[in-house]
Amino acid sequence: MLIRPVGAHALLLDCDHAEQVQAWRAELWHRREAGELTATEIVPGAVTVLLDGVPDPEAAAARIAGWRPRAATSGATTAEVRVPVVYDGEDLPHVADHWHVDVPAVVDRLRRTEFRVAFCGFAPGFAYLTGLPPELAVPRLATPRTRVPAGSVALAGPYAGIYPAASPGGWLLVGRTDLPLFDVHADPPARLTPGTRVRLADAS
Amino acid sequence: MIEVLRAGALTTVQDQGRPGWAHLGVPRSGALDPAALRLANRLVGNDEHAAGLEITMTGCALRFTRAAAVALAGAPADVVVEWRAGAAQRRPGDVGRPLALPAGAVLRVGPARAGVRTWLAVSGGIAVEPVLGSRATDTLSGLGPPPLRDGDRLPLGTPAGPPAPVDLAVTLPLPVELRLTVRPGPRQDWFTPDALDLLCRGAYTVSPDSNRVGARLAGAALTRTVAGELPSEGLVLGAVQVPPDGRPLVFLADHPTTGGYPVIGVVDDVTPLAQARPGTTVTFHGPQR
Repeated sequence: MLIRPVGAHALLLDCDHAEQVQAWRAELWHRREAGELTATEIVPGAVTVLLDGVPDPEAAAARIAGWRPRAATSGATTAEVRVPVVYDGEDLPHVADHWHVDVPAVVDRLRRTEFRVAFCGFAPGFAYLTGLPPELAVPRLATPRTRVPAGSVALAGPYAGIYPAASPGGWLLVGRTDLPLFDVHADPPARLTPGTRVRLADAS
Repeated sequence: MIEVLRAGALTTVQDQGRPGWAHLGVPRSGALDPAALRLANRLVGNDEHAAGLEITMTGCALRFTRAAAVALAGAPADVVVEWRAGAAQRRPGDVGRPLALPAGAVLRVGPARAGVRTWLAVSGGIAVEPVLGSRATDTLSGLGPPPLRDGDRLPLGTPAGPPAPVDLAVTLPLPVELRLTVRPGPRQDWFTPDALDLLCRGAYTVSPDSNRVGARLAGAALTRTVAGELPSEGLVLGAVQVPPDGRPLVFLADHPTTGGYPVIGVVDDVTPLAQARPGTTVTFHGPQR
């Protein structure tokens, strides 16, 4: 792990791999709760954790360098979120081609995969789900769709994701869900928060 | 209550934004010059975190159904108050000068004479329903109230205290050319060794496609040495992101929380960009000079 300065009030923890991101995110969150770290934002990325709103980044970096993150167990203690999915996405044949299998095999694979929220981004409540092996990564559409409906379950790169609201999007559509993913009146507002375990179960 | 007679090109409700939710993909949002809105709030006796309006370029016209103290800060614009007391009355106002409006008065804010954005504070604040602790309109995610339209009605809160005993808050003239301090990183190593020099030596101009999400800059393209996609990582206000076309983009309040293009540096203070019209010259320099 390498700590990079970001402007005058932020730090980027550049991790060695995604599992380390989970561990550091949990560790930094815990340290902030305990009053040992001041940061407005703790934002996990694919292989980084951003700390923003840090009053003295240099001093914070020196302290963080002395910490060792505990094993990423916090997610394992939380219940798995079961997302009921209707697997009728129009890009399923496309994914099947990339995976060199047929459509039922794609659906079966997605249903059986234990996903985890690696990080959120793109839109409020949009979770990047990891769990598929790197060899099943798929490219984005060359030309993104101008409108992807809310609840669309989709794949891009090594990730699965669910559009919480309608938006333009270039991910490959594999299905849809009725589960609300972002509600400003809920606490937390996002159904899928970093570290959460997720099952893209068959809705039927 | 405020009745919107003329919404103008883009008038939005803004406050100090909704920090603390970036890990769930929620942008910070808030006034593009938070200090200007805080000043306007102080002038009318509001808490600094009260919501006001951010008025863009073409002004707006508002009718107040109750008496209110109002104050404007930011880009200079012609301000007129109209009301009836027997006969029709008309009085000029000014940006930086608190104004007492009688019930039924109409406030007309003209086009910005220079700069882009003017912030309006009203005693009691704009009392639309807060979303995740803020009333700000986020033009990227759609959180908060939609931009104002003609005919909208906005609720007002209860005034917290009397307006400040101030005749005129002095505002500095807007700079013709922007000099922004930029700190290298976190991804300067994705670019040719001379890219940062090029950014600091060259003159850039603000592109017309700039908005509350970011200021797009035209000028020397910056060349990457690392190809491919950067794994998505968290973004900060002022991040200078370089998309594949090499034209830098400085992120403003409605910036996305994560991004997949490398950030070559971070601007210390982006608030001057809130007033940068398309074509404005922007130069960058390191923090030491």
